[in-house]
Amino acid sequence: MMDKTVLDKRSKELRKTIVKIFELAGRGHLASALSLVEIVRVLYDHVLKYDPSRPKWIERDRCILSKGHGCLALYALLGEKGFFPEEELWKFCHQEGILGGHPEQTKVPGVEASTGSLGHGLSIGIGFALNGKYEKKDYRTFVILGDGECNEGSIWEGAMSASKHKLDNLVVLVDYNKQQSYNTTFEVQDLEPFAEKWKSFGFATEEVDGHDVEQLKSVLGRLPFEKGKPSAIICHTVKGKGIEFVEGDLKWHHKSNLKDDEIQKLYDALGVD
Amino acid sequence: MRKTCLEMVYELAKKDNNIFFIGSDLGTGTLGEFKRDMPDRFFMEGISEANVVGMAAGLALEGKTVYVNTIASFITRRCFEQVVVDLCLHNVNVRLIGNGGGMVYAPLGPTHEAIEDIAIMRSVPNMTILAPADAEEMRLLMPATVNHKGPIYIRLAKGYDPVVTPEDEDFQIGKAVPIREGKDALIISTGICLRLAKEAADKLADEGKEVAILHMPTVKPLDKEAILSYAEKVSAVVAIEEHSVIGGLGSAVAEVIAEADFSTPRRFRRIGIPDMFPAEYGSQASQMETFQISTGNLIKTIKELT
Repeated sequence: MMDKTVLDKRSKELRKTIVKIFELAGRGHLASALSLVEIVRVLYDHVLKYDPSRPKWIERDRCILSKGHGCLALYALLGEKGFFPEEELWKFCHQEGILGGHPEQTKVPGVEASTGSLGHGLSIGIGFALNGKYEKKDYRTFVILGDGECNEGSIWEGAMSASKHKLDNLVVLVDYNKQQSYNTTFEVQDLEPFAEKWKSFGFATEEVDGHDVEQLKSVLGRLPFEKGKPSAIICHTVKGKGIEFVEGDLKWHHKSNLKDDEIQKLYDALGVD
Repeated sequence: MRKTCLEMVYELAKKDNNIFFIGSDLGTGTLGEFKRDMPDRFFMEGISEANVVGMAAGLALEGKTVYVNTIASFITRRCFEQVVVDLCLHNVNVRLIGNGGGMVYAPLGPTHEAIEDIAIMRSVPNMTILAPADAEEMRLLMPATVNHKGPIYIRLAKGYDPVVTPEDEDFQIGKAVPIREGKDALIISTGICLRLAKEAADKLADEGKEVAILHMPTVKPLDKEAILSYAEKVSAVVAIEEHSVIGGLGSAVAEVIAEADFSTPRRFRRIGIPDMFPAEYGSQASQMETFQISTGNLIKTIKELT
């Protein structure tokens, strides 16, 4: 694949957690989660202001995973940070668990909006950001979008609103792994020129390697990119990043009914103990 | 009714900093006072219903009460998924005000007529549906929407409809309004059809038939208790509404009566729009005649059943 960024121990450990959640549920959007591990890692390790013991703390930064199917990565971080007991991770998609195949705001502490149907998170985030301006709070709102999700017209309706309202407390991060369910984004519904689109919709826009932790830290440390404008960060990523035989393989968009030896291959490919 | 509704939004917002308003692309000058006096709580977001509903959900998740207004057919059809996921799944305090419920926009054709809005909204968990009969009832209704938990769809009629609700009405969300008592038949109406029900009951009274009326300004949650207690006393029930006969008030009442286990069955009819798009233009009144949503048809139906 294009991206050759080498993953450090923490990134590999997070992926191991993700594979374990996936293994115990026997299903999930594994590849869609693997592409955004570094995005959520850097957000929750270095950027977001939050307190897991007070998930509704009024001053917290809001983070919406609009591509809700990537929730395995979000759950791994929220569980580790203590938003809910770690055991919940091992009950992903189970009848008695709180963590479903798409995250629900009413069930999971730390989940700011129920997502799963694509194209919803940006507008909800605009509501959060408008509230922040109205209440003169300095919290910020981060919305993580999928690239396939940007096929939805509602994303571009929201983009117009965000810039109209000069929401410089709003940040869009696009997990641009260049694959959607059926095929590449270039084949299904080409988004290019993608960064130009965000710019023309009024976003101060940057592009980064979405697996490069230092690049992500650096770019997220410079927010807002421009006063009076919402920010967009196009994160160039690889679907399935970190597990070589999953990387770029369309069949891994969603998987279920894996055999034990296939699961073992996932762990082996991660190269962790 | 629309005028009263929006005036009430303004009045309520003046007293409560938590109240926001979002419109799509409403008529010029709409809620000009709101925009003038509370500009940071007034948004006109353009023809983008999905975005408007999502934004409203975001504000409501932050504890605000958000009134959203556009044409009824657009606010129910175009952004249905945002209504389901953003509003109903989160169970947030957003109030969707739909202009022109029913055939108010008859001259503009089927794209603008909201003939299945109640059916659409009724199918979604957590949604409350209000369809008042006149401006006076709207005046009673709006304050009740401020602190009600969960999303509400408010169906507006044409405006300047005659006032037919009782002066001493005690409006409560989820409660039927008894209009008159009677032992021969029961008419159950919602929205502006209350006027037709009253006219029919008056005329039937002249002929010696005592017809009860229950008015349902709340279609969901439906006041089953009131329906059962009034249906118990009569042999025939007729539901009338300016809406498709599929999925609206008539369907909801039929469900209650069918499961009522009355010792003798009640005869029952729905009066409403048949399962078709209105084929002609004209006016709301002429379309109502075409579909026989009328006093005459109510009288005829009740006579046939009793």
